[in-house]
Amino acid sequence: MDALYRDFILDHYKNPRNFGELEPHDLEAHDHNPLCGDELGVHLRVDDEGKVTDVRFHGQGCAISQAAASIVSEEIVGMSVDEIAKLPASWVIEQLGIEISPTRRKCALLNLKVLRGATTGDASWPEG
Amino acid sequence: MATVANKPLSEVRADFPVLERAVNGRPLAYLDSAATSQKPVQVLAAMDRYYRESNANVHRGVYELGREATELFEGARERVAEFVGWEPKTTVFTRNATEAINLVAYSWGGSNLGPGDEVLITEMEHHSNLVPWQEACRRTGARLRYLTVSDEGKLSLDELDRVLAEGRVRLVAVTHVSNVIGTINPVAEIVARARAAGAVTLVDGSQAVPQLPFSVSDVDADFYAWTGHKALGPTGIGVLHGRRELLESMPPFLSGGHMISAVDFDSSTWDELPAKFEAGTSPIAEAVGLGAAIDYLDAIGMENVRAHERDLTAYALARLPEVPGIHVPGPADADARGGVVSFAIDGVHPHDIAEICDRSGVAVRAGHHCAQPLMRRMGVPATARASFHVYNTREEVDRLVEALHEARRVFGL
Repeated sequence: MDALYRDFILDHYKNPRNFGELEPHDLEAHDHNPLCGDELGVHLRVDDEGKVTDVRFHGQGCAISQAAASIVSEEIVGMSVDEIAKLPASWVIEQLGIEISPTRRKCALLNLKVLRGATTGDASWPEG
Repeated sequence: MATVANKPLSEVRADFPVLERAVNGRPLAYLDSAATSQKPVQVLAAMDRYYRESNANVHRGVYELGREATELFEGARERVAEFVGWEPKTTVFTRNATEAINLVAYSWGGSNLGPGDEVLITEMEHHSNLVPWQEACRRTGARLRYLTVSDEGKLSLDELDRVLAEGRVRLVAVTHVSNVIGTINPVAEIVARARAAGAVTLVDGSQAVPQLPFSVSDVDADFYAWTGHKALGPTGIGVLHGRRELLESMPPFLSGGHMISAVDFDSSTWDELPAKFEAGTSPIAEAVGLGAAIDYLDAIGMENVRAHERDLTAYALARLPEVPGIHVPGPADADARGGVVSFAIDGVHPHDIAEICDRSGVAVRAGHHCAQPLMRRMGVPATARASFHVYNTREEVDRLVEALHEARRVFGL
C-alpha cells in the first residue's frame, strides 16, 4: 500500500464529502496556497449555541489538500466555533493518519487555514 | 551514444557534479532547468579561485589584488556582453532579471509614465515581467494592458498592431521564451512594430539566453533583461542591456556607493554607465562565475545547445501523449518552442505528479510557475513542468514518462 496515497486518502480525494456551497451560511472564508495554486473555500452554518450544524468546502487542489478538507469536514459538525478556532495543526495531521513532509504541510493545512479565517478572521498559516 | 557538439553527452554530464547524486535510491534526473540550471565545475572553480586568489573590492584599490579583482569583474562583463552581442558599457549587472526589470519600471517608468499612458505586456509573462508593471502603473496612473495568448500558445502581431494603433502605448514588455509553454516569441518583429509606434520596449530573456543562439542586437529592444542562474551561472547576478540614450537620460534606480561622480552635503552627481546603475559593492564572484558559465556555453556552442534541447523537447512532445489523459499546452512543434514542456493529467493533480516523480529521482516542477494569468488563460490552476538543458538525456525523458504511468497507477487510473 502507498504510504502517502492510501486508499482512505484517495477515496476522500475522488469522492469528497461535504463538497460544494451552502446557502444560506453564517460564516465563510476563501484562501489559497500560493506555492501550488490550490484554492479552498468554506461555508459554515452555525446554530444559536454557536455549534456548527453543516459545512461545505469548495475549490480545487492536490490529493492531500482536497482529501484533508473532506476528512476534516466530517469531524467538525457538532463542534463549537470556538473549538474550531483553537484546533491546532497537529489535529489535522492526526485525522489524516499519514506522514506529511514539510513540502506537503501547507496542502494538508489549507482547510484549517480557511476554517480559522471563517471563525476568527485570522488568515495566517496554522501552527502547532 | 548521444553527443553534444561531438562531445559524448556523458562527458558533458561529468562537468555537473550534482548529477552524480542519487535521489530516493535512483540517479537524479534533473528536469527543472527552467527554474534554475545546474552549474558545471568550471563555474564553481572560477568562483573558488576568485575568492582564494584575487578577492578584493573592485574599482577602488590601487593595490595588485584590487586591480586583479577589477579586471576579472570587468572582464566578465565584456565576455557576457560579447556573448550576447551588446556593448559592455550599457550592460548593467543586477541581482537577477526581476531586479533588472524593476530598474526599468522604477527609473524609466517613474519619469516617463503617467495618466493616459499604457503599458502593454502579454498573458504569458512570468510574474517578474508583470508585477513590476502593475506596480509602475499603480504609482504613475498609467494603464496596464495584456496581449492575449491563442489556444496554440502564441501571440498575435495583428492584435499588437491594433493596440499600438490606438496611440497610447508607451512601453511594450514581452518575454522572449515562455517559461511555461515554451513559446519562442517573434521579439524582433514585436520590437520593430512597437518602435514604429513610438513605444519603448523591454524583452525578458531569462529563458532565451540560456538556450537560443541569437544576438541581443538583432532583437534590438531598448532593454533586454536576463538572469545568470538559468544560464549555468550562479544565483545573485542578472543582466540588463539597455539603449545608451535611455540609460543616460534615466535617473539612478538605487543610490549609494560606487554609482556617484561627486557627493556634496546636499546633492550628488552620477557616475558614467554602467556604474550609475550599480550602487554598492557588486556581486563580484557571481560575475566571475557567470563569465565562466558563458565561456562554457560558448565552448559547446549555442547552436549545439539549442539542437540538443530541441531534440529532447521533440522527444518529450512525442512520448508524453502515450500517457492517457495527458494535456500538453503550447506549440506542438519543437521548432516553435524552447526546452520546456508543461503538462496536466486528468485525475492526478500536478503537485501529486511531482511528488510521485520525485520518488524515482525525477525532479519536475509543479504549480503555476509564477505565471498565474497564463494559467487562467489556459483554464488550468496548475501544471507539472519538465525543462531541459545541455546535460539532460532522452533516458531521463523515458524515466519521466514511466513515472507518469506510475502516478496514474497510484491514483487507481
